[in-house]
Amino acid sequence: MRLDDQTRGDFPILDRIVNGQRLVYLDSAASSQRPRAVIEAMAQYYATSHANVHRSIHTLGEEATALYELARDRVQRFIGAASREEVVLTRGTTDGLNLVADALGRTLRAGDEILITDLEHHSNIIPWQMAARDRGVTVRSVPVGRDGRLDLDAFDRLLGARTRVVAFAHVSNVLGTILPVARLSARARQVGAVVVVDGAQAAPHLPLDIPALGCDFYVFSGHKMLGPTGIGVLWGRREALEALEPTRGGGEMIKEVWIDHARWNDLPWRFEPGTPPIAEAVGLTAAIEYLEKLGMERVTEHERALARQAVEQLGAIPGVTVYGPPAAVDRGAVVAFSVEGLHPHDVAALLDQEGIAVRAGHHCAQPLMRSYGITGTARASFSVYSSPEEVSLLSHAVGSLRSRL
Amino acid sequence: MTATPGLYSDVIRQRWRQPRFRGEVAGATATAEDVNPLCGDRVRMTLRVRDGAVEAVRFTGDSCAICSASADVTAELSEGQPAATAARLTTEDVLTVLQADVRPTRMRCVALPISVLQKALQP
Repeated sequence: MRLDDQTRGDFPILDRIVNGQRLVYLDSAASSQRPRAVIEAMAQYYATSHANVHRSIHTLGEEATALYELARDRVQRFIGAASREEVVLTRGTTDGLNLVADALGRTLRAGDEILITDLEHHSNIIPWQMAARDRGVTVRSVPVGRDGRLDLDAFDRLLGARTRVVAFAHVSNVLGTILPVARLSARARQVGAVVVVDGAQAAPHLPLDIPALGCDFYVFSGHKMLGPTGIGVLWGRREALEALEPTRGGGEMIKEVWIDHARWNDLPWRFEPGTPPIAEAVGLTAAIEYLEKLGMERVTEHERALARQAVEQLGAIPGVTVYGPPAAVDRGAVVAFSVEGLHPHDVAALLDQEGIAVRAGHHCAQPLMRSYGITGTARASFSVYSSPEEVSLLSHAVGSLRSRL
Repeated sequence: MTATPGLYSDVIRQRWRQPRFRGEVAGATATAEDVNPLCGDRVRMTLRVRDGAVEAVRFTGDSCAICSASADVTAELSEGQPAATAARLTTEDVLTVLQADVRPTRMRCVALPISVLQKALQP
């Protein structure tokens, strides 16, 4: 059975009619939809077990704590982490990257360098600019070729004794390029740099064995992997997390507090001040269990076939440019394209009138757009419920766009 | 394929295909430029203001059909007006000419050229 045939009925939103047409949702890279299992788990939690976690000595508090901490165990299993202490629950990828950048930034000195790449999402650029600011630290960036691949020679050249942090995406949110994380991490660690990986576009689509990647930190979001908004994961190698000074204070992240000082709590709670997103953790657990039941190898295979189909069909339309690696090269579940003479927002608006939801614009990757000499693209992206028929509908609609404006 | 209703009115299509005010004003006395942070669209306007009146307005830029059409209408509505009148141009004025059902998410596409004009007219 095809994966989308198996899953489609689990996603109530896919029955929606948009502008008179059955919704064709091809914007899962921005945010995926949720299966009923996730929606119901969260509703059930609120209806039966909600209380604050960790310090509530009563039945509901204990239930809520157990459910919240269960999410950590599920994440640990999903990403192959060595221990649950290495799993910090955050508010999302942006939150996780800011947490790491802020904490690492405080250890940087004038002359140090942070190395990123031209294909980063703004959330893996701006936190590093902020970390560098006022410290005499320089942010450098590795260029990307027309084929969507990172210039590995430039990476090796730019990496040096001054490089203290190397941060890059596992999968590009625009080009779909899969970066060779293990190779980049190994090189970076040779010069003693800390390696931070933005896994927002990888975790929903690829089987993960994070420790094998050789990085120090790996960050992703729940809402792109069938889970709720407002929750994400920061994985850190234990030694890397232990070396990190918390930058956000509050309840739960401390062991003992005096007026003028405090002792931090153990990992991972030292990085989780305040009341965490408890219902969202429950939803994340349900999302992970749903994905595990499907099997991530199967998910990858399904989405890869859709991406290849989209690259081939869109690429065959006159006046359409497809960005990123060629069809034969493995990519993530995104395909960016442009239609000659049409602005990406007009492409998206015209497709929306057919009930087809795609992203358009700079995709929070303005440096990448600039390096390609464009202001934006349209982007179709896929998830477990996306079908080959939907890709064909998209291609057919794109083929007739130019006659419509 | 169904006809395109609502958002892309005939006026927007016409103005986008054949803008009347695209270009640069010769001997411009004021220039302004801005971007739409949502999409990165850029609009630049050049104006010639003499004796308190807007003699000529032209726009350039890289933008969507709605923003282009809005820039074209904004230029038309302000040209020949006293500068103070042109500075009070609103999105409603432009929308009336565009005759389009522009949704809130695209309203900034309409508003950008107007704010660029206002920036250029600031003393």
